[in-house]
Amino acid sequence: MNPPSETGSPSPNPAESPRYRTAGYDSDAQLLEVSLGPQHPSTHGVFRMNVALDGEDVVKLKPVFGYLHRNHEQIAEQVSYLGSMPYTDRLDYFCSLSNNWAYAAAVEKLAGIDVPERAEYIRVITSELTRLVNHTSFLGFMLSDMGAWGTVLMYAFREREKILDLFESLTGSRMMGNYMRFGGCRCDLPPGWLEQARKVVDGYPAFLDEMESLIATNEIVISRTQRIGRLPADKAVNGSMTGPCLRASGVNYDIRKVDRYGIYDRFEFRVPLGDHGDCYDRLMIRFLEMRETLKILRPALRDIPEGPVMDPKARQRNLRPPEGEAYARVEAPKGELGFYLISDASDKPYRYRVRPPSLINLTLLEDLCLGEKIADVMVILGTIDIVLGEVDR
Amino acid sequence: MPLVIERKPLTKLEKTWLPQIIGGLKTTFGYLRKESVTLQYPEERPVIPENYRGVPTLVKDPNGRVKCVSCQLCEFVCPPRAITIDPGEIPEASEQAHVEKAPREFEIDMLRCIYCGLCQEVCPEEAIFLQNVYSVTGTTREEFKYKKEKLLELGGPLPDRHFKWDKKKAAAESGNGGH
Repeated sequence: MNPPSETGSPSPNPAESPRYRTAGYDSDAQLLEVSLGPQHPSTHGVFRMNVALDGEDVVKLKPVFGYLHRNHEQIAEQVSYLGSMPYTDRLDYFCSLSNNWAYAAAVEKLAGIDVPERAEYIRVITSELTRLVNHTSFLGFMLSDMGAWGTVLMYAFREREKILDLFESLTGSRMMGNYMRFGGCRCDLPPGWLEQARKVVDGYPAFLDEMESLIATNEIVISRTQRIGRLPADKAVNGSMTGPCLRASGVNYDIRKVDRYGIYDRFEFRVPLGDHGDCYDRLMIRFLEMRETLKILRPALRDIPEGPVMDPKARQRNLRPPEGEAYARVEAPKGELGFYLISDASDKPYRYRVRPPSLINLTLLEDLCLGEKIADVMVILGTIDIVLGEVDR
Repeated sequence: MPLVIERKPLTKLEKTWLPQIIGGLKTTFGYLRKESVTLQYPEERPVIPENYRGVPTLVKDPNGRVKCVSCQLCEFVCPPRAITIDPGEIPEASEQAHVEKAPREFEIDMLRCIYCGLCQEVCPEEAIFLQNVYSVTGTTREEFKYKKEKLLELGGPLPDRHFKWDKKKAAAESGNGGH
């Protein structure tokens, strides 16, 4: 069959042409079914894709997940409100502090707890640092999916390590923060932490410049990402995609701007957008987001006020919020992370539900991959930036 | 004002791949002269911060008494239910008999423990502490069930800030005992 031509093709999007409709292929003996994963190094964990191939072209793709299911939501309904906090770290284990914030915000909404100003600043600082961690390691993983084994990943991990050291001295753990509490944060910043954080933030642009100079004009990267895995804006919105992937398709939707939760209205930053919605946009948008994140971090680290980090009236252990329901969401590095809680005035949530960005972004994988080559499936999956801990919960 | 990703076409020179190859090699060789960021792990150990959340252990006060009074708060708060406490009395012969209780058995299953540190947070006696031990090894499941003796041995004595029993004793002698 003819490869999907890039220009001058009568049908603009090969995925739309009748040849790629999946229905007629079920009885076609020429198709090759490949089971990618669950132990494939590029699937970011235990994730499987059943791919039907016509030659090298993907005609059908069925994501199979659930290998890492840990019953998070049911467990959270069995333990106290505080008891789920360490488990939220393990949803998206790259961004545990954003997860903490989303859950704490949901409980605070449910129980009507205020957060002191210093704690709000710490939350913004930690969750923006988390965004740096996530996007930095994304670059490493994404490029090793593309075949640049090792080097880029090591450069990314070297920078990520500096932020993880900050997290370690603040929360006592590198990745599993368990740091936010209802009505503030567990402990104050250790002495000298702000200076260290400033040093890391000041050193970051140099790393980003280095990475960008290696990636942005690299012909291999460009030919493997540009015009690959295009996602039109309407499809992204229909699939309720959120986060950088949605913005790469050109939809200006950032919950930090839409909801202005926390104290994000005090910071000047812009929302980067892509206009093609292909893999290249989804890759480069992370660079721009990190640069904007640095614009939030600098004033936040400068202006952070003194004061308590916990609301003294807030109860942690025997929290019994009044009957009702609450949904709180934050702009996690991967998209909209929301927690939905129903309280029946007991010490456990009656219903606990997570809206994970990774899972919902992953549901669009087939739309992105149809009509592409099998080798590009890995790149496309890499740009969606999933973490299986959050997909399977 | 949104920020749109720029997409410049490659120049003729960039299409030859040469600037990328040279730039990449420059970066690589540049790191040869810089200080290494890796650790030769088993010989060199990383610096662990003070508030690190490692293995939970029981501590004694400087007088060698077990601080735990088996109030079981940690057992109830533990999200993965890794802690099992069998509460008991302090032996008759001891000086502190009938003052407080002590655990007859205290068990933490290190395979269940998620090192969240909630037990340390809730402990009113400051008896359970997460130490900076980050590697726990064993070959059977039973080995990971740390009993009271092992936990006390790992924890060791901790300089006490308030010498609770001495205070209580002084309060009882001066007639201010009880709450």
